[in-house]
Amino acid sequence: MSETLLCFKNVSKSYYGNTVLSDICFEVSAGEIHALIGENGAGKSTLMNILFGMSVIHSTGGYEGDVIIDGKKTFIKTPFEALDAGVGMVHQEFMLIPGFTITENIKLNREITTPNIASRVLGKRLETLDMVKMDADARKALDTLSMDIEEFTLVEGLPVGHKQFIEIAREIDKTGIKILVFDEPTAVLTESEAQNLLAAMRRLAQTGIGILFISHRLDEIIDVADRVTVLRDGQLVKTMNTKDTDVVEIAQLMIGREVTITPVQTDAKKISDEVMLSVKDLHVGMPGEMVRGIDLEVRRGEIVGIGGLAGQGKLGIANGIMGTYPSTGEVVFNGNPLALNDPRATLASGIAFVSEDRKGVGLLLNESIELNIAFTAMQVNGHFLSSLAGWNLRNDREIRENAERMIKDLDIRCSSSLQSTGSLSGGNQQKVCVARALTQKPQFLFVSEPTRGIDIGAKKLILDLLLRLSEEYGMTIVMTSSELAELRSICNRIVIICDGRVEGILPPDASDAEFGLMMSGSRGLTKNADLEPVH
Amino acid sequence: MSDSTVKADLSYHLKSALSGVGIPTIIIALFWVLTLFGGHFVGISIQSLLSDTLKRAGMNAVLVLAMVPAIQSGTGPNFALPIGIECGLFAMVCSIEMGLMGVPWLLCSAALCIPLAVISGYAYGKLLNAVKGSEMTIATYTGFSVTALLALAWLTLPFTNPKMGWMMGTGLRETIQLDAVGAAQILNNFMMFSIGGVDVPTGLFLVFGVLALLVWLFFRSKMGIAISAGGINPKFALAAGLNIDRNRIWANVLSTVLGALGIIIYSQSFGYAQLYTAPLLMAFPAVAAILVGGASASRANVSNVVIGVFLLQGLFTTSLPVTNELFRGTDLSEIMRMVVQNGIILYALTQVKRGG
Repeated sequence: MSETLLCFKNVSKSYYGNTVLSDICFEVSAGEIHALIGENGAGKSTLMNILFGMSVIHSTGGYEGDVIIDGKKTFIKTPFEALDAGVGMVHQEFMLIPGFTITENIKLNREITTPNIASRVLGKRLETLDMVKMDADARKALDTLSMDIEEFTLVEGLPVGHKQFIEIAREIDKTGIKILVFDEPTAVLTESEAQNLLAAMRRLAQTGIGILFISHRLDEIIDVADRVTVLRDGQLVKTMNTKDTDVVEIAQLMIGREVTITPVQTDAKKISDEVMLSVKDLHVGMPGEMVRGIDLEVRRGEIVGIGGLAGQGKLGIANGIMGTYPSTGEVVFNGNPLALNDPRATLASGIAFVSEDRKGVGLLLNESIELNIAFTAMQVNGHFLSSLAGWNLRNDREIRENAERMIKDLDIRCSSSLQSTGSLSGGNQQKVCVARALTQKPQFLFVSEPTRGIDIGAKKLILDLLLRLSEEYGMTIVMTSSELAELRSICNRIVIICDGRVEGILPPDASDAEFGLMMSGSRGLTKNADLEPVH
Repeated sequence: MSDSTVKADLSYHLKSALSGVGIPTIIIALFWVLTLFGGHFVGISIQSLLSDTLKRAGMNAVLVLAMVPAIQSGTGPNFALPIGIECGLFAMVCSIEMGLMGVPWLLCSAALCIPLAVISGYAYGKLLNAVKGSEMTIATYTGFSVTALLALAWLTLPFTNPKMGWMMGTGLRETIQLDAVGAAQILNNFMMFSIGGVDVPTGLFLVFGVLALLVWLFFRSKMGIAISAGGINPKFALAAGLNIDRNRIWANVLSTVLGALGIIIYSQSFGYAQLYTAPLLMAFPAVAAILVGGASASRANVSNVVIGVFLLQGLFTTSLPVTNELFRGTDLSEIMRMVVQNGIILYALTQVKRGG
């Protein structure tokens, strides 16, 4: 813990005037495991992009401050230069070739070769592979990780945990590797595999390699790291020795921001005890947002927030119930069982959906505002049609009247209702999506990431609008969002999803630490493995 | 102040009109006007060139119209147009076999081709749903295969009407004269009039007008809007509870029916029903026409059909005699036609991803 291998000094980065990192200073010493933690958007990936010289950094004007590797100020412009400087990365997704053996994968593009006749004439690329030496090297790397698997086994069909180790073996086999970055390495592993990995990390650190460990599992950080650095909104909150802290403090630092919580208008009268939507054992096959068995009850008139970190499955819930991704389970709406995987039936039963993928799923970008608003009500409920000799033709007058009413009500800024939605700003596009959902006259509204990618002023308008729908029209709303602050500002209660399951349910005024612990799935650490959902 | 607003408004309208038409369309239009005047200088009368243009545009228009539903549904231009064409040809041949003449022949052919086209369009739509992502290539070869299959049918089916047979042996002739059943140009000549030396085939345009109106109305209907939405953004359509696969099938049924009607209209104007390999390449000028008219491989409407068919057929009818006049004794005009037609298709297909 003496020699400093990697040092970030006053590193700042902004994209188009929007600061995403400011004044980051911390260092990683030889033999140290240094954990980096932060919510989505806290700046972890930007920092790694800087360290690896990704083009996204340099095409947007570079960064400020210095990156010092092994005492030398280094300016890395490409990932290859990062390798040369001794920085390696263990990826979250495996970059292995299934049909190759472990040795071949470890030595890929760094093969040990001997010259032969053909290569003397036609160049180095045709040299013979020295499999003996390569196997020996691979063996050495595998031994460092105490893996007793044969180096000539094909990668194909190996368990996930093994693949992760091969990935690491490849990094440590590179000569001169000084710093290894582990980007959420345990996210795809089972518990015992994760334990093996953490043990391997410790062994690696003992050989003098500096390890930067990105994770959101607080227990692992406490377990394995020497120091932890917490990032929040692009700022470095604190670097601490893990000895001197605990999961509660880390969680608090990770979440705790100045939140202006408009005290939730608990007009308790409006929330009846009647369960409007009940979900049992819902599984949704949404890639990247798998839902693995969720039970949830939503009462009439309430606003329920669904929070959690990216990739934990919170977005899958609404998509599964609406039928945009395949799902299984039991959903009862208003006392009637709801057919899953049938979007039409779900829409017809009075549930509307504002998708998180505004441009992909939410809008017909080249079509007019008025058609976008009327579309679902027209197709599902048969509104806005007039009959001509048995044909259902669109009724332009009704479509226009409805659109103009919505434009006025929701304050959609546009030149006319005929303007194409693609030319609107993000906030106004979102309002068009909401307007379409409202035009269906639903009793129940799913809203996913309603403020993603829109500016702060527009965010407030959207949230106020949702609040107004709930208060004035008694609409029941389930809002999914990555931004805890906005969930806390309008929801009656907040369901935290972790690893595809309900981790717990919190009131909006619960403490930062409670939210942080739940989101990182570390609640058991402080509550004696009490995993019953809190009501 | 108001003056500058008017100016800004004007330039805005001009810009939006130009961007609506598209640069390739403008280039083709300029080129056509150039050949038209070129024709005048080499001594071909503009009136006769325009008459031919109107006639050829009218006879091709419904085949081009058949592209609209297919493009709108997201399956791309209907390169399998020969399927519809073979349905139309089969209906015409059967009507001749029944001994019908003139208008009854025409009506019977039209009535007969529709159920055939509905069935084959349905099967073709099913096929397209199984090969999502490579519709255009599959469609082209489906068209080729069906043409070959029907060539076998023409040879082996027991038709006996002597108006269609060879002098000796069995099977149908390659070209069947519609004069023989009193059906050549019956639509063209219906209410035909001449204006300034230019003949206007009124009946042809009336039929096209009615079909175009129906297609336009269809895309203002609930189902038509659903089909378009599925074509522009399948994810959006899915989230709105639409059955995209079924809509794609219906769109291709409609396209195939229009193809079948289109070839009947084409044949009566041409005066011959052409069998065997004639339908093989007929999808290509139709695809080229709608693309010239400003459609993309994922967006098309009736105005694209009208603009495109007049420009492309205008260019072909004018450039052919003019280049022949300019380069006597060469086959250059035909080569030029191929270059223009395939160049347009090539250009349009490079735009597919952007259009989607």
